[in-house]
Amino acid sequence: MTSVTPRVCLGVLGIAAVFGGTELALWAAGVNPAVFPPPSTMITSAASLLTNQSFVAAVGSTMAAWAEAMAITVAIAVPLGTVLGMLPWVESVVRPVVEFLRPIPSVVLFPLLLLIVQDDLRTEVVVIVFAAVWPVLINTVYGFREVDPEAKETLRSFGFGPLAVAYRVSLPSAAPFIATGIRIAASLAFVVAIAVELIGVGLSGLGAFAGQEQSGSNAIDVMLAVAIWSGIIGLALNAVFVTAERQAFRWHQALSGGIA
Amino acid sequence: VRRLFLLAARLLVVASAFACWELATRAAASPYFLPPSTIVTTMYDRWFSGPAGHLWLTPDATANLLPSLGRMLGGWAAASLTGIALGIAIGRLRVLAYLTEPIVHFGRAIPAPTLVPVFLFLFRIGTPMEVATIVFGVIWPVLLNTIDGARHVDPLHVETARAFRLGPGQRLLRIVLPTAAPKIFAGLRLALSLALVMMVISEFVGSTDGIGREMLMAQSDFDVSVMWAVIILLGLLGVVLNAVFGLLEHRTLAWQRGTRPTA
Repeated sequence: MTSVTPRVCLGVLGIAAVFGGTELALWAAGVNPAVFPPPSTMITSAASLLTNQSFVAAVGSTMAAWAEAMAITVAIAVPLGTVLGMLPWVESVVRPVVEFLRPIPSVVLFPLLLLIVQDDLRTEVVVIVFAAVWPVLINTVYGFREVDPEAKETLRSFGFGPLAVAYRVSLPSAAPFIATGIRIAASLAFVVAIAVELIGVGLSGLGAFAGQEQSGSNAIDVMLAVAIWSGIIGLALNAVFVTAERQAFRWHQALSGGIA
Repeated sequence: VRRLFLLAARLLVVASAFACWELATRAAASPYFLPPSTIVTTMYDRWFSGPAGHLWLTPDATANLLPSLGRMLGGWAAASLTGIALGIAIGRLRVLAYLTEPIVHFGRAIPAPTLVPVFLFLFRIGTPMEVATIVFGVIWPVLLNTIDGARHVDPLHVETARAFRLGPGQRLLRIVLPTAAPKIFAGLRLALSLALVMMVISEFVGSTDGIGREMLMAQSDFDVSVMWAVIILLGLLGVVLNAVFGLLEHRTLAWQRGTRPTA
């Protein structure tokens, strides 16, 4: 266990060096702030976005689409993964279909789905779900497959039925893997939501806000400020899920990792 | 025998999945859900019915598929080289690791699509903007995995190499890189599938050619069969890229198996 203080100090120093260095380099090279703004301007723009009504609304609509898609993802992937994880032969037979569907970039489905669904927001949610479903599904399958067979046998020999075994042994032992899958999917869903909003014409949200800034006012500092806020939201989302996992599965050792 | 049985079962599932898809779409006769036979015909006519001298690629394929593939692989290669170089440095030098830790974590958290407008502003529509998007989008898994792999080199190995008077360059080539290789390959594989996604996103936003551009043209023409063809093509591309990379990884890391348990 290394001490924390030099680590934090050096981390702060690193940020300061990058900020100061960029600021100085842009100033020394005489770069027009309208072409590439110095970090100080990015920070000011990011701060002023907080009071920008349409930006706050954009964050809200992105997060609403994200939340809806995550709920649907969990509702589909966890039960499906449970079945496939508990019946290994079904899983090994279905795998080629999964292996073909998974690499399709979900964003490419947007134009076709939009034509079918005829509703931008519905389509956005479906596209996010198509991307987010895989990590949850695969981690759930993996979690159920890794259940200790001896623990199951033990409970069985005490006369517990299959449902009781599933509830008392399989589910608790698979739960940390499912949680990891959901955390990975949550970050992915956020990125896909922004990508879809950037592409879709009739959508609102962070991606649309950044895109309109580009085609409209053309203010590079605002575009970068949107990216900074997206990074902060991404970090916050991850932190929330990591903390929740730590709280829920203190007893579980293999916390980190998971299959992306 | 079990293996053979499994293979037969899988083929049967794939075949029956196609058959169901074909029958269901024919029965429904929907303008949106097309039978696979129609999609395959479209793919063949559009991209793969060219002269043998051009590897059977049609002019449309050389004008759109090849630039997309080039940008994707080019961006992936650039991101991989940069990510491995930076990752080795950060992983081996503790001071550098502490200095860069917050920046790396923040950089990774920024969704690449939010930077597409920025790159569009800086580079205008075209290849540089697309490559920039791909590089930013895929560098993080390579960087983080390389840092992790390079950090966990057995100090005893490094000390032994030092005792045998191997220089820093030799130590890097013979000790650090081979030890970190499995982690690095895991990062490269993740980056490759991400590169496909980033390629599509960047082409959707601003491109004068490419697979993403074809999709947008098909959308404005309401050409459903081409849209399906693009989707299936990208799925196949993902499978093929993954398989080729898996083969490469298998050959490169062949010496690893047996010497240590795979993590």
